[in-house]
Amino acid sequence: MPGITREEVAHLARLARLELKPEELDHFAGQLDDIIGAVARVSEVADQDVPPTSHPLPLTNVMRPDEVRPSLTPEQALSSAPAQEQQRFKVPQILGEE
Amino acid sequence: MTTTTDLVSYEDALASYDPVMGLEVHVELGTKTKMFCGCSTELGADANSQTCPVCLGLPGALPVVNAIGVESAVKIGLALNCEIAEWCRFARKNYFYPDMPKNFQTSQYDEPIAFNGYLDVQLEDGETFRVEIERAHMEEDTGKSTHVGGATGRIHGASHSLLDYNRAGIPLIEIVTKPIVGAGERAPEVARAYVRELRELIRALGVSEARMEMGQMRCDVNLSLMPKGADKFGTRSETKNVNSLRSVERAARFEIQRHAAVLGAGGTIVQETRHFHEDTGSTTSGRVKEEAEDYRYFPEPDLVPVAPSREWVEELRAGLPELPLVRRSRLREEWGISGTDMQAILNAGALDPIVATIDAGADAASARKWWMGELARAANESGKALDELAITPAQVARVTELVSEGSLNDKLARQVIEGVLAGEGTPDEVVDKRGLKVVSDEGALTTAVDEAIAGNPAIADKIRGGKVAAAGALVGAVMKATRGQADAARVKELILQKLGVSEG
Repeated sequence: MPGITREEVAHLARLARLELKPEELDHFAGQLDDIIGAVARVSEVADQDVPPTSHPLPLTNVMRPDEVRPSLTPEQALSSAPAQEQQRFKVPQILGEE
Repeated sequence: MTTTTDLVSYEDALASYDPVMGLEVHVELGTKTKMFCGCSTELGADANSQTCPVCLGLPGALPVVNAIGVESAVKIGLALNCEIAEWCRFARKNYFYPDMPKNFQTSQYDEPIAFNGYLDVQLEDGETFRVEIERAHMEEDTGKSTHVGGATGRIHGASHSLLDYNRAGIPLIEIVTKPIVGAGERAPEVARAYVRELRELIRALGVSEARMEMGQMRCDVNLSLMPKGADKFGTRSETKNVNSLRSVERAARFEIQRHAAVLGAGGTIVQETRHFHEDTGSTTSGRVKEEAEDYRYFPEPDLVPVAPSREWVEELRAGLPELPLVRRSRLREEWGISGTDMQAILNAGALDPIVATIDAGADAASARKWWMGELARAANESGKALDELAITPAQVARVTELVSEGSLNDKLARQVIEGVLAGEGTPDEVVDKRGLKVVSDEGALTTAVDEAIAGNPAIADKIRGGKVAAAGALVGAVMKATRGQADAARVKELILQKLGVSEG
């Protein structure tokens, strides 16, 4: 079974916007390898005839009528925002992190 | 910032290469509420006044899909001749970008609700081109960013951005074509015709107004070139958010010329997204697509699968309206007009007004004549669309009725229309106020005819001598004397009768 490499952990960390120290990359590579290895054992018992389960309950077509429900007020919506301006969420420069 | 892009002429590009296109169109549905929560979708609301824990992505919030959103997706799929999935799931498309507060977009991945269809589109000359549809799937729109601190609201150079999440979560249907090959030099025209046909279709279904200028319908144009005769596609570029029919055509044309220049000089095309610039008709490089593709899709656990029953699908199929292409060919046949005439009507946006005028009692020929003549001219002069003119189809129908019953001639009818457009009232009110009635009082007409003959003895003699064509001058004199309010044909009859000649 191919192991999880340090580079793969670094890639995942970047996608998840996590800043990891070099020793953490090695540490998590080992841990993730263990986790994936454990999960992979499921496929040893579940053959082709057992489809992967995404939803444990046998429900389909749960829908909502197209009726307007009250929204939050702008004040409520913005109450947890770290920064706001002009009744909008203020976020840091979008480009530039690359 | 300004860089010039090398282009080769369109003709030269097409002499060496075959274009391959893929079009992705996003349609914002016209539902009252968002796709996964009950927040209103009404436009023009205060910033962040239409959000809730679901569309803000707050912890623990649970989405529930909008029934009309699903129904609209199935209708679009059916109208595009697609198969409808018996069972499909939503998926999370993970990415970090502030326009999506959940850090994922709820979309569909490998199980779209509709797939494998086609749309026949008509080109300017009436030729039909079949565009194959890969899939149509359900997803949600993103919030709206305002970039602050850079030049003219551009993201480049901005110090920070402001987010309004009113739009986040509005239902979107993404419709993706299969690669469009074999269109050759007509590829840009096919792209435009496809988006137009799709827009008509969406409107006919009543699922969205699909107004491109309001962002309710947006097109991404994927384009690549391959050497003529090759069958392996080249590397593509993806021009994002092209927001008018004209721009779709221009973007495709520009990219053909740009790709040909790069390839012709021995270069390679970078797979990237590009931005289209309305002012210059050109595209510039956006982000390079590589890691951006790493979306780590997985089935959305908070939404249960959608399994449209076959009975429901058939019910929706049976309820589909007549589709635009079918309707147009039916009307063209009913009216007995050419494809070119029909195209002119479509280009003028006159189809619906004409149909409404006929429904209000006018005959087809008159309805067409007024909308494509006098009214098209008025719309053109005032820079308005036909359906924005201050006259209703019912009023136009009333004018044609007044003409056919003989109380107006065409000249007077034009004045009536002019009066209605100027806000002087209904056609009947304008007739009254301006005193516009064909003079049908034979006494008054006879007097005017006698005067015209007496005033033009030389012409009268010619007519007596058999030169019937000269009668036109006397008809003109009578029309002038009656200020255009006489029935010209009747005047001519009277003149010939008085002078003892017959027309024939």
